[in-house]
Amino acid sequence: MKGFWHDTVEFFPILLNGVALTIIVTIGSLLLSTVLGLIWAMMRVSGIKALSMLSASLINVIRGIPIIVLLFYLYFVMPDLGVTLSALQAAILGLGIAYSAYQAENFRAGIEAIDKGQIEAAQSIGMGWWLTMRRVVLPQAVRIVLPPYGNVMIMMLKDSSQASTITVAELALQGKLIASSTFKNTSVFTLVALMYLTMSIPLILLVRHFEKRAGKR
Amino acid sequence: MIELNDVHKSFGKVEVLKGITASVQKGEVVCIIGPSGSGKSTILRCINGLESYDRGEINVEGLKVDRDAPSIVNIRTQVSMVFQRFNLFPHRTVLENVVEGPLYVKKESRGQALERGRALLAQVGLAEKADAHPPQLSGGQQQRVAIARALAMQPKAILFDEPTSALDPELVGDVLGVMRKLADDGMTMVVVTHEMGFARDVADRVLFIDGGVIVEQGPAKSVLNQPQHPRTQDFLRRVLHPL
Repeated sequence: MKGFWHDTVEFFPILLNGVALTIIVTIGSLLLSTVLGLIWAMMRVSGIKALSMLSASLINVIRGIPIIVLLFYLYFVMPDLGVTLSALQAAILGLGIAYSAYQAENFRAGIEAIDKGQIEAAQSIGMGWWLTMRRVVLPQAVRIVLPPYGNVMIMMLKDSSQASTITVAELALQGKLIASSTFKNTSVFTLVALMYLTMSIPLILLVRHFEKRAGKR
Repeated sequence: MIELNDVHKSFGKVEVLKGITASVQKGEVVCIIGPSGSGKSTILRCINGLESYDRGEINVEGLKVDRDAPSIVNIRTQVSMVFQRFNLFPHRTVLENVVEGPLYVKKESRGQALERGRALLAQVGLAEKADAHPPQLSGGQQQRVAIARALAMQPKAILFDEPTSALDPELVGDVLGVMRKLADDGMTMVVVTHEMGFARDVADRVLFIDGGVIVEQGPAKSVLNQPQHPRTQDFLRRVLHPL
């Protein structure tokens, strides 16, 4: 145990660098997946067949490819096509695209859970599609969507570790590097696990808060 | 101001409207009665384009109703609707519900819209509920807010789709009272209802619909007191004397 404290003091600062990258990857891909997910979901419920089918196929393609393969594709294949991305860019893009499929399905479920009468009431006062979405449907869908959205945040935090496979020195890779050079596997990976857990706990509490609020209505 | 000419409408294989021809004049109150599933609500929903129709033509103030044409917005701002289940926006306050259309569809100034919104809430007897949220109100109160929301658009006509059917019996009177006042003030109204007393006292004309056709129509008192058609007679007997 004394050894562990000693190792902690020694490795903690290096691991914190990894934490910074983990947070950047998570937030970056969360934002991207949210925007893309919203776009797919809006296409899905637009009532325009071509858009809805395009979105459905996109979602299925994305869902059918493992994140790690998507990351390899962006980082190793795209340069052959003339597009060179930094490891960090590829990680954010890959995770963002991968999770946009789940975000989209979540958003769509939230939008479709809104009572048809709400949409008719909006139409009956002359609102068009976009105004109905913005003023009536989305504000109500947010409450339904937030709890699963919080879960996606937690999953994305943990899945950001997949960025290590394309050399992003986030927390998991940072840990692996220290462990392989010091052979202090126990200390290092225990620390890494605790640090992920520490970042997850606020998110878990946030989800619980969302669930309580959603349950109130 | 509202004209229906040989309107047909099918849901899948079921033809719910089999050639409806009718008109509503300015300032007139027309009640549509008939058994459930007869197509009453569908007629209303076709008039403001919530539902499309397959054949025939509907005109509102000379404008053809086509739910896919941009002109539908124009028609909907002139013909408001009150729903059976109120359909208030639960995430907005009562006053916000009322001014939503004026502010965001008609782009009125905030001050003007809020002032009229408050006046309308006072008119339906709910001035003190302006800042409440709809789920905190009783059904009767919610429906009166919905009427204020419809009025806020300053419509030329209001369509009422069974406005009291979802209410507890003791709350029906408040809503009918507000509607009666509107009728007295000269509002053009098309009301789908099961309230025969209201139809008799307030309506200028009554249409009896059954099986997707207008079986009988005429002045309210004559249709309701001396129905000519056996189906009308049978329907009224069952509604007025259910036991």
